[in-house]
Parts: sequence; structure tokens; C-alpha cells
Amino acid sequence: MLETLRNAAPFLLQALWTTLWLGVVSFALSLAVGLLVAVVRLYGPPILRLLAAAFVSVVRGTPLLTQILLVYYGLPQLGVTIEAIPAVILTLALHAGAYTSEDIRGGMQSVDRGQWEAGYTVGMSFAQVLRRIILPQAVQVITPSLGNRFITMIKDTSLASVVTVVELTRVAEQVGSATFRYIEMFVIVAIIYWGANSLLSVGQARLERHLRRAYQ
Amino acid sequence: MNPEELHAQGIPHPHQSRACQIRAEGLHKRFGALEVLKGVSLSINKGEVVVIMGPSGSGKTTLIRCINFLEEPDQGRVMVCGLEVESGGRGGERGRRIRQLRAKAGMVFQSFNLFPHMTALGNVIEGPLQVLRMSKAEAEVLGVQLLAKVGLDAKVHEYPSRLSGGQKQRVAIARALAMSPEVVLFDEPTSALDPELHEEVLQTMRQLAKDGMTMIVVTHEVKFAREVADRVIFMDGGVIVEEGPPAEFFANPRHPRTRAFLRLVE
Repeated sequence: MLETLRNAAPFLLQALWTTLWLGVVSFALSLAVGLLVAVVRLYGPPILRLLAAAFVSVVRGTPLLTQILLVYYGLPQLGVTIEAIPAVILTLALHAGAYTSEDIRGGMQSVDRGQWEAGYTVGMSFAQVLRRIILPQAVQVITPSLGNRFITMIKDTSLASVVTVVELTRVAEQVGSATFRYIEMFVIVAIIYWGANSLLSVGQARLERHLRRAYQ
Repeated sequence: MNPEELHAQGIPHPHQSRACQIRAEGLHKRFGALEVLKGVSLSINKGEVVVIMGPSGSGKTTLIRCINFLEEPDQGRVMVCGLEVESGGRGGERGRRIRQLRAKAGMVFQSFNLFPHMTALGNVIEGPLQVLRMSKAEAEVLGVQLLAKVGLDAKVHEYPSRLSGGQKQRVAIARALAMSPEVVLFDEPTSALDPELHEEVLQTMRQLAKDGMTMIVVTHEVKFAREVADRVIFMDGGVIVEEGPPAEFFANPRHPRTRAFLRLVE
């Protein structure tokens, strides 16, 4: 196993890097999607609210793998061809965005209505109150669930392997099939995922502690 | 930046005496089947302190919430120093006018509604920073001044969670003053406080009245009304039942409903 690891190390490092940046970029975009969908669902005009609710329902009700395949293999049929990596990022961002929108929506609703009113009474606009008053308070509430979403995202990047993106899981598969060292390779990759996510969990716990301590 | 400098930039001085009225005309407001305001009109002169009393559900809170359009009236209009907003309609231009109106009509809530993620100073300067586009340095000077004025020089950098109810409410008053409003609306400012904390808030409000601030105060504090108000308004069932100078109002209430109410609160 050690020799397998030594031989595969350069590929694994490269692949870990791909996995991480895919996860980070997709997650950042999913926050933007989630915020937009949450705001529309809470405060948008009725038709947009309905569309946003339908988006969340469809995305949460269908498998991520199906969505990735649809975007990568399906869209070209309609004349829209997207490279593998952008296709994966787009899909992951929309998919996770549907989930984070629910977290963000709940977080915003947990902020007392009086906070909106206090912001309005000093003459602030909707966008100003949202950005300056509501979101900072919502963040405190939703950080734990967003942390979990991020970890889920890192694991979900493994599905990019089915559309030729060379990330951790794909490397394990490739090296495994070239050397017949499947068990070793998948165990190694599993450990790498686990290690990365454990580090993220520690970071998340620290962030939560920090946020709990703030404002005292 | 002090009020004189603000004034030089076209922001009205809070205490200047000039022909400026706060008027509400024919305000109607209905929540479902319940008609809370049945055509209330009110006219207040610059520098006047008006106390609104009345049983709960009489519409007094809704009235002041309609004055700054926190509650959208179904009918009627509001004028604050020449700026007029009417009920009905929508759109960006109207939204802008409502925001201007709110900047001119500060509000102090029963439940304080301080921003918990900002220090006392942060709470006070948020409006000047975001709405008046004041520089941070100027806003902080103003904020520290106002917090000193309400007796909280020592609490400038505390978060609301570290403040007592009375201190919170005084920060809320400073926050309202920071916009150099033409009028400050008080919605039962002492009702959420323990009795021993009422006085510090009332003292701050007395000082404000002495400085010439125009104030509309919904409260059950009879002593405050007697001492500070220029006029007391009694509301019941969504209408103004009677009004008058406090001496007269408390000594000779004309309407039986006023008399019944005063027997309860005094």
C-alpha cells in the first residue's frame, strides 16, 4: 500500500487540489444562488416566489448525478456545450444553492421583525437593512448548517469523476484500473476525503465558537 | 459633525424654530375586519410635545406607526416639514420619499430593537453612515456626543447584550437623534422596562423636550404627561376622543371614556 501511495502521490496531490478548489468555488457560488433564491422566496413578487419554490423542489427532488449528466451530456443536444469543469461547477452550485437557500431563508426568518423596522426607521432601504442588519444576524444562526453543506459539497465533487474531471475519485479509479490496486487506491482516497473534512469540521467548530462569543 | 455643520450641508437643524409642522390627515387603517384607525387627523407644531394616551387597542401605536409608514395607512396622508406622503401607490420614487420621511421622523420602540451585532456607537452611527453618507470619523464624533447626551459616555463600545433595559432605550433614543430628525415618535418607551428603570429614560426624554425637540409620545406615564406635554390626546376605538393641555385634560376630562380611563391609570 505504501508503494502504491508513493507512486500515486503526485497524481493524488494534483487531484486533491482539484477537488478542493472545485468544492470551494462551487460552494461560494452556491451561497450566492442560495441568497438570491431565499430573498426571492421571502420578499419577491408572487410569480418569482413560485419559480424559486419550484426550483428548490425540483433540484432537491432529483439526484445530483442525474443533474450532472443532464447538464454535461444533455445540454449539447440543445446546442449548449459546456466544458466538464464549468458544467460540474454550475450543477454543484445550483444543487447546493437549493439547499443553502432553505438554510438562509430560515436564518433570515429567525431575525426579529423589529430589526427590519429599526433599520427602516432610520431611513435605510430594503437592501441596506438586509445587508447591514439582517444577514449578519442570520449568519450566526446558519453557520452550523452551512458548514455541513460545505463538507457535503467536498464529497459531492467526487461525482465530477463521471464526466471526466480528474479529481480524487477519478485518480483512484484510473490508478486502480492501471495497477489492479483498487482497494488500496479507494482506501487512500477515502482517507484523504476524511482527513480534509475533519480539518474542515475543526475549522467550522472554531468559527461557530467565535460567532457565539461575538457581541457580548 | 455637529448639527450646525449638518445644517450647512442642507440637513435641517433638529431644534431650529421655523414654520414646520407635522401633520396627519384622515388616517384610516384596517387589519382584516378590525378598523384600527377611523380617520385620525393630527397637527403638531415644531417644538411641541404631544402625549397620546388610551386603552390598548385604541389605535395609538398604529397612529404613530402610520406617521412614518411602518404601517401603510389605507387612506390619508402624512406631512413632515413639507415632505408629504399619501396612502396608496408604489414604486421607487414613493419608496424614496418614505425613506426621507422616516429619516425626518425618528422612532423609539417599546422593545428597543437595538442591532445586537453592533456596539452602542455602531447602533447610533448606522443611519448617519448608511443613509446620510457621513464619513466614519464624523459619524463617530456625532455618535459619541449623542451617547454622552443620554448619559452613556462609558458604554460607547458595549454591545446591547451588556446593557440594562434603560441603557438600551437611551441608546435607541441616541440612534433616533443621530438622523437629526424633525420629530421623534416614542412608542411606549418605558413599557418594557422594570419600574426602577423608567425614570432614567423619562429623564432623557424630559431633557430632549427641554432642548426643543418635537415629540409624539405614546405612553401611560401620567406624571410625564403632566410635566412635559404641551398637549395630551386621548384615543379610543380608533378616533381621537379629546385633547387639551395636560392641566385641563387631567383636571377636567370632558368625555366619560376619558374619565373612565384616567381612573384606571392614575
